[in-house]
Amino acid sequence: MYDFAFQTPASVSDAVKMLADDTEAKLLAGGQTFIPVLKQRLNKPSVIVDLNGLGLSGITSAPDKITIGGMTTHNAIMSNPDIQKRIPGLAKMASWIGDTQVRHRGTMGGSLANNDPSACYPTAVLAIGATIVTDQRRIPADEYFQGMFTTALAPEEIVTAIEFPIPEKSNYEKFRNPASRYAMVGVFVAKGPAGIRVAITGAAQDGVFRHTAMEQALATNWSADAIKGIVTPADGLNSDIHASAEYRAHLIGVMTRRAVAGA
Amino acid sequence: MVLQVNGQRVSLSLEPRTSLLDALREYAGLTGTKKGCDRGSCGACTVHIDGRRVVSCLTLAARAQGKAVTTIEGLASGDDLHPMQAAFLHHDAYQCGYCTPGQIMSAVALVQEGHAGSDAEIRENMSGNICRCGAYANIVGAIRDAAGRA
Repeated sequence: MYDFAFQTPASVSDAVKMLADDTEAKLLAGGQTFIPVLKQRLNKPSVIVDLNGLGLSGITSAPDKITIGGMTTHNAIMSNPDIQKRIPGLAKMASWIGDTQVRHRGTMGGSLANNDPSACYPTAVLAIGATIVTDQRRIPADEYFQGMFTTALAPEEIVTAIEFPIPEKSNYEKFRNPASRYAMVGVFVAKGPAGIRVAITGAAQDGVFRHTAMEQALATNWSADAIKGIVTPADGLNSDIHASAEYRAHLIGVMTRRAVAGA
Repeated sequence: MVLQVNGQRVSLSLEPRTSLLDALREYAGLTGTKKGCDRGSCGACTVHIDGRRVVSCLTLAARAQGKAVTTIEGLASGDDLHPMQAAFLHHDAYQCGYCTPGQIMSAVALVQEGHAGSDAEIRENMSGNICRCGAYANIVGAIRDAAGRA
């Protein structure tokens, strides 16, 4: 790890100013991805701006939505009774991220800002039609994800919260890499204010995407049988030592059927 | 910076990039916490921060300031082993012993979290701690025992 200065801002606007003052400054959320990145010397920030202690963690439940602070940990999300009851697919997803130690520190905002192409949360955000709230604006899920490790966030923008409308049904299924537990294929299905949506992670190079053929079939008939015959083309899907593109295409069908059946 | 480790105030002069793991081992002289992968995959460096288990290799020491850090050295009271330590001994829940401090710290937290309900639940919630000797069966036995449902 290269050396850096460590700053603890007193407020979100203070943190934004630290980013604006130094283009080499980087934000630290839970650090469960970023610290390994630093250790591999893949990034050389001059300053680390600590987002802890700015009041960005917490979960509030309103009649029409659940708001999750950007610094809320996976553990807090999986064990929140409102999320368990009203968006069960999201609670289940959080409980499958990494391991307990990682879930005690990793955050939703950090994961969404990073937008790893195998990350789980992007599927929930996209399928439920959540809104990313930053210090500057509100970004709809449809505009937020812009490819591998790329989002609509400006360099000095900070994710303060994520607002989830309440879906009528939601579920997540993930084929886990047995060692890392990252999604080889993860599928989130939701029937809610944003319509019927199927979002896939871990499969495509550009990260999360919507499976429109599955969505159309489910709109007519919400059942695992309705999507039985849908073949996902392997073009553009990831191929690595863990799974070929063809196998991932197959897994998308299996995982989507399981997710719908369990929703 | 000042850390609270096992109830003691430890004053250290550290670079900002120092991980909590390195701070404990290299600067505070607490070598019970082990460095395995140093990238959050193996769990050998598991400690508690304010009662929650975390991997100290992915925690900057600077971020542990003002919080209560507990390491394997802080579990026993004098010569009296913590029940989880005693259970690991009784069940021979290790071979080489390198992962053991992390396993025990994780296991103590697991019981406090209420995740010792079944062997399957123990296994799932110990998934962040790898044992390359493969002592898993005895580790599960020790945790089951210490959780009081043997």
